[in-house]
Amino acid sequence: MLKLIVSLSPHQLGKNSVEKLMYGVIIALIPILIASVWFYGWGAIVVSLTAVISAIVFEFLISKYILKIGNTIGDGSAALTGLLLAFNLPSNLPIWLIIIGVFVAIVIGKMSFGGLGNNPFNPALVGRVFLLISWPVQMTSWPIPSPASEKFLGYTDVVTGPTLLGQMSEAMRNGESMKVFSDRIPNYFEILTGSVGGSIGEIAGFALIAGFVYMLARKVITWHIPISILSTVFIFSRILWLVNPEKFIIPFFHLFSGGMLFSAIFMATDYVTSPMSKKGQIVFGVGIGILTIVIRIWGAFPEGVSFAILLMNATVPIINMYMKPKRFGETIKEK
Amino acid sequence: MLKTFAKGGIHPPENKFSADKKVERLPIPKKVSVPVSQHIGAPSKVIVKKGDIVKTGQLIAEQSGFVSANIHSPVSGKVFKIDLVTDTSGYRHQAIIINVEGDEWDEKIDRSEELKKDFDLTSEEIIKKIQEAGIVGLGGATFPSHIKLMPPKGMKSEVLIINGVECEPYLTSDHRLMLEKAEEMLVGIKILMKALNVKKAIIGIENNKEDAIEHINSFLKDYSGVEVVPLKVQYPQGGEKQLIKSVINREVPSGELPISVGAVVHNVGTAYAVYEAVQKNKPLFERVVTITGKSLKNPANYLVRFGTPISNLIDVAGGLPEDTGKIIGGGPMMGKALNTTEVPVAKGTSGILILPKEESKRREVKPCIRCAKCIEVCPMGLEPYLLMTLAEKAMHERSEKEDVMDCIECGSCSYTCPSDRPLLDYIRLGKIQVGAMRRAKSMK
Repeated sequence: MLKLIVSLSPHQLGKNSVEKLMYGVIIALIPILIASVWFYGWGAIVVSLTAVISAIVFEFLISKYILKIGNTIGDGSAALTGLLLAFNLPSNLPIWLIIIGVFVAIVIGKMSFGGLGNNPFNPALVGRVFLLISWPVQMTSWPIPSPASEKFLGYTDVVTGPTLLGQMSEAMRNGESMKVFSDRIPNYFEILTGSVGGSIGEIAGFALIAGFVYMLARKVITWHIPISILSTVFIFSRILWLVNPEKFIIPFFHLFSGGMLFSAIFMATDYVTSPMSKKGQIVFGVGIGILTIVIRIWGAFPEGVSFAILLMNATVPIINMYMKPKRFGETIKEK
Repeated sequence: MLKTFAKGGIHPPENKFSADKKVERLPIPKKVSVPVSQHIGAPSKVIVKKGDIVKTGQLIAEQSGFVSANIHSPVSGKVFKIDLVTDTSGYRHQAIIINVEGDEWDEKIDRSEELKKDFDLTSEEIIKKIQEAGIVGLGGATFPSHIKLMPPKGMKSEVLIINGVECEPYLTSDHRLMLEKAEEMLVGIKILMKALNVKKAIIGIENNKEDAIEHINSFLKDYSGVEVVPLKVQYPQGGEKQLIKSVINREVPSGELPISVGAVVHNVGTAYAVYEAVQKNKPLFERVVTITGKSLKNPANYLVRFGTPISNLIDVAGGLPEDTGKIIGGGPMMGKALNTTEVPVAKGTSGILILPKEESKRREVKPCIRCAKCIEVCPMGLEPYLLMTLAEKAMHERSEKEDVMDCIECGSCSYTCPSDRPLLDYIRLGKIQVGAMRRAKSMK
């Protein structure tokens, strides 16, 4: 007797899968990792590997033995969270600190809410901000990058210094003119090719943009969040600069310094913690852009993009409630 | 840039294996089971009884209510019995079972192949003929066509849109019809234009059927007011509202009919059936059906009499493959999975698709990662992820507010979901519950 399967349409499914999307992001991160190894040496690899491995271990233990939802490490999201956290850390961070950060990210930031899809805050940023607040010294002494550095094998015993944002913060506190300060900073080319200090992912604007283009082409993400963040940062800082160029730095500086590009492209676009509709994503991006500049200029921390994203993560349910996609036939209905 | 609808949509693999297979006549079976509900609306009322001798094209069940359609005998022979038969819906419905004897057609039908271009009928006469012939939308929706030709009071049709999109993967019956019966179809379109009293007709055809676009274009100089618009390949462009948006860039408001923006949409197959009904007095009792599938030996297109069991179609196409998992009436996106091979072909059967086992199984459902891809592809601008959650939690009032009733069930959301969530299944549940809620309210 012929046995036929009967189910409702559609009878054909597409080729999308969670793994494909997650590995899509991981592939986009590879050029950045390569650039990082070039400038920071093996430290970048040590930090990344430690984070990825411990993320997978934590996720495995929690999903299998505590949540009992089966082994979920295969979907690639744990590895991705680990890697994203690593890219938010200095390349000379001690291993025990990395593991604590990953624990907070995976166990508290993600699994305590029920695993993938349920966490309200970007887990990698939860881990990062926890480390930043708890161990500010280790978290803000970044190795000074040097191409294929002499101390290539160095890990924790490297020369460290503040980032550009740290220098600006310092200069602002001292009442230094931003016009004078901007003469001291590296030129555009140096900033874009990455010879400025920072976290592993805060490097080489070119590599970041390559990753962005790759993710757009593979349809892993859309342009809405990154572009709305970056254009808001640009417009807001340009207005400030036009008002008082002595007090506020040129907009370009904000766009390409610190974690701005990396966070706009990779951190704010986290599916789970960003709004669903395009309209909502733009509101989300504008909010992050404004908060980032506010924290950078008037806040206690030199870098504000992580805080801005976490704050905006909290508004996502409200954004989803009010920012609906435009329904078909809506325009005519309202006439 | 080619035109298409503005919002959402997907592009599944086209798999049109039978696109260059000429339409052949499927031999008439020994016995046919003609269901009395082959259309949307009230089932037709049987007017023959056991033992009656019927001719091909003779009325055997008549329209019973406003939304209903006549049904004619697809064969000549003797009524064997009137019984319940499993049809394409998967349920058992009343059907007229006829033992075939020869193939003697009703005398009124003009059986010549010659093209008859001229007609001299009023709008009412045309509509009456279409109604008598039992014509329903042959794209698959099977809504009685004559009703669409009578605009409600106060509304006026401005343009006739002909649906030659065939956006469902695998199916090629409309494509073949456009290639082989282009002029007949164009005359049918002129008849429909006359019935609607419009000066303009636009045939929307997706660009993957370039041969059909060229072929029809070559006749257009003799058919004033008819125009072909090539469209970008995008599913679900064959949806009525999407097609109107693509072709004339107007959006039909939620809950309204196309006529509210001055458009009336008919399928190319329907236009051809109208030609046959009006010019040749031939009622609707056969249609082109695509029989297709990846592991099928000979995917092809056949002209099939209604009531023929699909097993006959499968046999001529090389028999049921070993690895068959599902048999679908229609295309893979919106078709219905059938539970036996004895289901009779009916007015809405545009194709029979055989899917191999590995493609028939659902994948494991994973948690929603809120990637928003379902929103991106929804052609109606809905939020499938939200509608699914609301249906799961039985929050039907909220579902209604979130416009669940606008869903056209195209399946783009389920198709695209990376977590393989059964979005459309739950949205259907939501629609049923909201529908029940609305009925309960209107009863009060």
